[in-house]
Amino acid sequence: MMGLDIAFWVLAVVSVGAALAVVLTRDIFRAALFLVLCFFTVAGIYITLSADFLAGAQVLIYVGAIGVLIIFAIMLTRESRRGSPSGRLRLPALFIGLLFLVTMVFVVVSTDWYVIAELPTEPTTTAIAQALFSGEDGFVLAFEIAAALLLAAIIGAIVLVREK
Amino acid sequence: MAVGLEHFLILSAVLFAIGLYGVLAKRNAVVILMSIEIMLTAVNITMVAFSRYSHVISGQVFVIFIMVVAAAEAAVGLALIIAIYRSRKTVDAEKFDLMKW
Repeated sequence: MMGLDIAFWVLAVVSVGAALAVVLTRDIFRAALFLVLCFFTVAGIYITLSADFLAGAQVLIYVGAIGVLIIFAIMLTRESRRGSPSGRLRLPALFIGLLFLVTMVFVVVSTDWYVIAELPTEPTTTAIAQALFSGEDGFVLAFEIAAALLLAAIIGAIVLVREK
Repeated sequence: MAVGLEHFLILSAVLFAIGLYGVLAKRNAVVILMSIEIMLTAVNITMVAFSRYSHVISGQVFVIFIMVVAAAEAAVGLALIIAIYRSRKTVDAEKFDLMKW
């Protein structure tokens, strides 16, 4: 378990640093690259939680699809020379963020969470598939709706950016 | 001190707070979308941590649905930003006032 602890601390520090860099860097293109780094380290955190399927999905969807999409959008809007300045709400936003953080840390630390004694380490792909598609309390309808949502999003994105 | 459920929850809260600050403070609409992605990822970490430490696999199923919605949201959001950039020549969120009364 010692190696997992070290991995968690390294990944946590890198992901928080990368997320801070996203909101603090002036260069918007570098912010996008730091976002990709943040997604990668979160995939590593899923591995320390022994969620192997989700780690793969995280790399495929977030790092692959969303990262490339955001970099494309930055290049198409050509605002990189203007940087990413902060707006008028900077200090209230800082206050609200810190307030949220303090509240959450207080709640997490003072709550007595239910944790099972022995943590399982078997692969999760089969378990996820059975939970997703099992007949009684599965998520088959939600799965179909997700497919329709993705189709609608694709068509909507194409219609929005089509040249008139 | 061994890493437990609280560590993952606090990491998730830190990431969510950073994303919240980015959404509220930034003016570039693309950076606002990136901060929203950070917030969604933070919520996913919470889901996976609870799923692992209580051994209920539904948490990971929900993470898959959150990823689907995040991908759809990113595609539509970035398409909207590009469409607005074409007509108004800016991605500054404080200048998007065409729906303001």
